[in-house]
Amino acid sequence: MRTSILGATVALALVTGSATASEGPKLAAQNWSFGGIFGTFDRATLRRGVQVYNEVCASCHSLKLVAYRNLGDVGYGAEEVKAIAAEFEVTDGPNDDGDMFTRPALPADRFAAPFENDKAARAANNGALPPDLSVITKARKGGSDYIYALLSRYAEDPPADFELSDGMYYNEVFPGHQIAMSPPLGEDAVEYADGTKATTAQMSKDVTTFLVWAAEPEMEERKRLGIIVMIFLTALTAMLYALKRMIWSDLH
Amino acid sequence: MTTPTWTNPIIKWIDYRLPIFTFTQHHLVEYPTPKNLNYWWNFGSLAGVVLVIMIATGIFLSMSYTPHVDYAFDSVERIMRDVNYGWLLRYLHMNGGSMFFIAVYIHVFRGLYYGSYKAPREILWIIGVIILFAMMATAFTGYVLPWGQMSFWAATVITNMFTAVPLVGEAIVNWLWGGFAVGNPTLNRFFSFHYLLPFIIFALVFVHLWALHVHKSNNPVGVDMKGPQDTIPFHPYYTIKDAYGMGVLMLVYLAFVFFAPNFFLEPDNYIEANPLQTPPHIVPEWYLMPFYAILRAFTQEFLWIPAKVLGVIAMFASVGILALLPWLDTSKVRSARFRPIYKQVFWLFFVDCLVLGYVGANPPEGYLILLGQVATAYYFLHFLVVMPVLGIMEKTRPVPDSISAAVTPGGTSGKEDT
Repeated sequence: MRTSILGATVALALVTGSATASEGPKLAAQNWSFGGIFGTFDRATLRRGVQVYNEVCASCHSLKLVAYRNLGDVGYGAEEVKAIAAEFEVTDGPNDDGDMFTRPALPADRFAAPFENDKAARAANNGALPPDLSVITKARKGGSDYIYALLSRYAEDPPADFELSDGMYYNEVFPGHQIAMSPPLGEDAVEYADGTKATTAQMSKDVTTFLVWAAEPEMEERKRLGIIVMIFLTALTAMLYALKRMIWSDLH
Repeated sequence: MTTPTWTNPIIKWIDYRLPIFTFTQHHLVEYPTPKNLNYWWNFGSLAGVVLVIMIATGIFLSMSYTPHVDYAFDSVERIMRDVNYGWLLRYLHMNGGSMFFIAVYIHVFRGLYYGSYKAPREILWIIGVIILFAMMATAFTGYVLPWGQMSFWAATVITNMFTAVPLVGEAIVNWLWGGFAVGNPTLNRFFSFHYLLPFIIFALVFVHLWALHVHKSNNPVGVDMKGPQDTIPFHPYYTIKDAYGMGVLMLVYLAFVFFAPNFFLEPDNYIEANPLQTPPHIVPEWYLMPFYAILRAFTQEFLWIPAKVLGVIAMFASVGILALLPWLDTSKVRSARFRPIYKQVFWLFFVDCLVLGYVGANPPEGYLILLGQVATAYYFLHFLVVMPVLGIMEKTRPVPDSISAAVTPGGTSGKEDT
């Protein structure tokens, strides 16, 4: 009975926790390098993801919580970070004359926002606001699997009975299926520095990995520390249990 | 209990003036505890441990948090990214809330099963109910602080409940908000409440323990301790048992923190609050879902009282009714072990709470509306009809004369639960 009560309690957590996560179209679970408790970000994937992000996504989306210097945490050298940052312009100031000015971004800057403000972003995007992508994989049900599916599962021809509004695109996983973002990752949208073939699936996977890292830059450290903590706690709890048995033995 | 004689002169000097050592000796070391407590009795101290963790992590989080509508969301993410081990503090705090409720709910259900609320522990129980109310208020205000979409809209939905108050409802809500909508003043005061309430809970826990230490713990047999043969000293027997329990709890708690930190959170709360965009589906945290289901169960006015007012009353009453349980339960026998029918009814009630949780987690559509109403009706039926009637009708099994008689081989009654 005791185990069944515990089971029921866990079930309560699972039922209520996952009850709302089961809506929407089915997402295929991808085999992510960062999956599981031992998962880490594959560095080559991440590098390609940075390239896709900077060359494609960054022209419409901001990434305001991530700084260029953060790339140093995943294998980029100081000079490399500087070079990547310098490809973007940021607004700074006011200077001594009281004017704002633009300058190349520095490693300390957050990823440069493509638009001055939300209104400007909407004006340039047919009225739609491209969301900030800093925590996008934490902010969507399905996380990385959803983002991957969103990027790779556009349909050129919507189902016959589907009415698509002007300037909208049909996406298999987006809620309501109408999305304002045009299919962003056509074949060979980027030319990978490492020579990998830039298929839609490849780019989607790479940039999704980058976005997961952007949302959870602490993930590798978190899991590494977690494993040590679990080993320690298991040993400690086992010893406490043995001690408990020993202390209580004179009662039985 | 004898007053200990201290040999160390410093301890002796202090204890003569402020008897903290004697106090500790009486309440943590010699403290007579029933010798037959099972592991369900671990959860009170576990909840206490989690409360301390929550207060400690919360104090450090508040050092880097900015309670302003323009900065709150980003400041939480900044804690996660730029504060040393900020992600650990924040995930400990976030998941700690869930662990606190898990521990406390188990603690409450243990009390229900073994009749811990019965005389002479009514006040102990009522203080517990007040703690539960305070916990809910703390959890709710805490949910608002990251200023995500769920934060904002949960704050809007819950504060709007007060418009149900006749005549002055609108004024009360404006007063709560500090304006005409949930906004910066609301966030500021919620932060203030969220910092204040845990210390009130902490104080209430001491009163709870004070009341506990008067008549001491109930036990699985539900008969009073009759003498030294029924008790063991708290230390080392229950200190080590609690320490072991804590190890197990930490394994579960930290597994979530390190490997699935966002398991209990709605993804929508990682979208910054936007007053112009209502999420399709507003939900509270899992531990409030049964009460949310009760709130939404009332869909029609009754005796000219609007449905909304009924829902609000029912929601508060669903927790408050626990305080009346010592008098609603008319049975003279405490423990469900000797109440064959109550034992079944208890599990029915437990399942009813799970059903309410499930209904609260999902949009009120289709059969879920009726299911929520039936489950809500049964929830109150359990307290208002089943408990009073069952106590009178039920033919209980013979209760052992003492704890010793119950746990000694050949004693009056079996020791198995079920």
